Amino acid sequence: MKILFPFVAVIALVLLAMVGVSGGSLHFLFGVIIPYAAVFIFIIGVIYRVLKWAKSPVPFCITTTCGQQKSLPWIKQNKLENPSSTLHVVGRMAMEVFLFRSLFRNLKGEMKDSSRLVYGSDKWLWLAGIAFHYSFLIVLLRHIRLFAEPTPFFLHLLETFDGFLQIGVPRFFMTGVVLLSAVTFLFLRRIYIPQVRYISLSADYFPLFLIIGIATTGMLMRYFLKTDIVGVKELAMGLVSFNPVIPKGLGVIFYIHLLFVSTLFAYFPFSKLVHMGGVFLSPTRNLLGNSREFRHVNPWNYPVKVHTYEEYEEDFRDKMKMAEIPVEKE
Amino acid sequence: MYNGGKILLGIIVFVLFAAFPFYNNIGKVSAKPEPKLDTPVIQQLAEKKCVESKEFMKAEHMQLLNDWRDSAIREGKRIYVNSEGKEFRISLQNTCMNCHSNKKEFCDKCHNYAAVKPYCWTCHIEPKEKKS
Repeated sequence: MKILFPFVAVIALVLLAMVGVSGGSLHFLFGVIIPYAAVFIFIIGVIYRVLKWAKSPVPFCITTTCGQQKSLPWIKQNKLENPSSTLHVVGRMAMEVFLFRSLFRNLKGEMKDSSRLVYGSDKWLWLAGIAFHYSFLIVLLRHIRLFAEPTPFFLHLLETFDGFLQIGVPRFFMTGVVLLSAVTFLFLRRIYIPQVRYISLSADYFPLFLIIGIATTGMLMRYFLKTDIVGVKELAMGLVSFNPVIPKGLGVIFYIHLLFVSTLFAYFPFSKLVHMGGVFLSPTRNLLGNSREFRHVNPWNYPVKVHTYEEYEEDFRDKMKMAEIPVEKE
Repeated sequence: MYNGGKILLGIIVFVLFAAFPFYNNIGKVSAKPEPKLDTPVIQQLAEKKCVESKEFMKAEHMQLLNDWRDSAIREGKRIYVNSEGKEFRISLQNTCMNCHSNKKEFCDKCHNYAAVKPYCWTCHIEPKEKKS
């Protein structure tokens, strides 16, 4: 059920675009209104989520450390794993954001000889994760050619490296295949590893199916069905210059791709995908590991009313003496 | 809000990235490219038709050129038979560019618009045209 529901949802999106465009000729809805709405929801939604996170107080440093904290001068500190200055924190955050350092630490437990539990390094998730994220980034950046005229300087450089194998025409881009393989691995992993399958929800499968759909339709358009790229750019340029036009002759496959992407953008702020912004706000990564160096006082501590033993004795001294309970002050 | 400055900085960076296509296009006008077909050779043709239909050429010309390269250079076959049974000599410079002698007004129009840089001209000699 957890797999079936998101799968049906993605198929429904395909049918929706097919019926809407080829059956109902709702080109303006699928080509202009939905993409605008999606981008609007995406930008506003992400800002809303970040502001909401920023309202949560983090009074103590709750870093999870993986190295020696700053201590006596002759004990070597692990500055990146247990930062004590902003510069160190920037280094740790850069490793987290660009290299997925935490995922690199991934361990896997296995029963050896049916009685011994053994933990070992497991880098496959990290490898698929980093391949997926970077190829998705490059694919996204490559699309800038449809949204800018003239195209920015980095585009040609990116395409040269991406299509460096010079296979076929239009030139084969490596990132497309890497993206699809990596996201397929991330999906299969959820199915084949029983523990991961147990904790996987519809909210995990839906984005995976959606991204598989996006990559598949994208590559179909580029290599097999041959969408009119000039028409696509006309539509895209119309959108970004707030002068929307619907060029004739764009196939249904393009509208399916566009609806997938719009869905991803609109779904983004309300889903787990918003870890794009969240990674920067991970308290265990972005706080200083200085819990011993400084005393952290909870900012909303109210003055607690206390009644000390001395005051207690003061109140009951006579009664205590009568009951022959020893007192500190006579 | 806690750490307001940093949060604000992050949001500004996010919006700068996410809204790049929008503010990048302010005040720029880009027209849809219209490749020109009025070369002297095309005008003298009795039947103004490429080796295949216009729709096919628009979608598949890159594939066709790639197949032509393979068949001419790798297999030595210099004759192409189109879907109507008509024969053409396989040659970019002598067949394609004979009619479409206006590379700047024909090929480059769409290629530049869609930021496509085909590597035809790393081997072939680019036709010399008067600057228009």
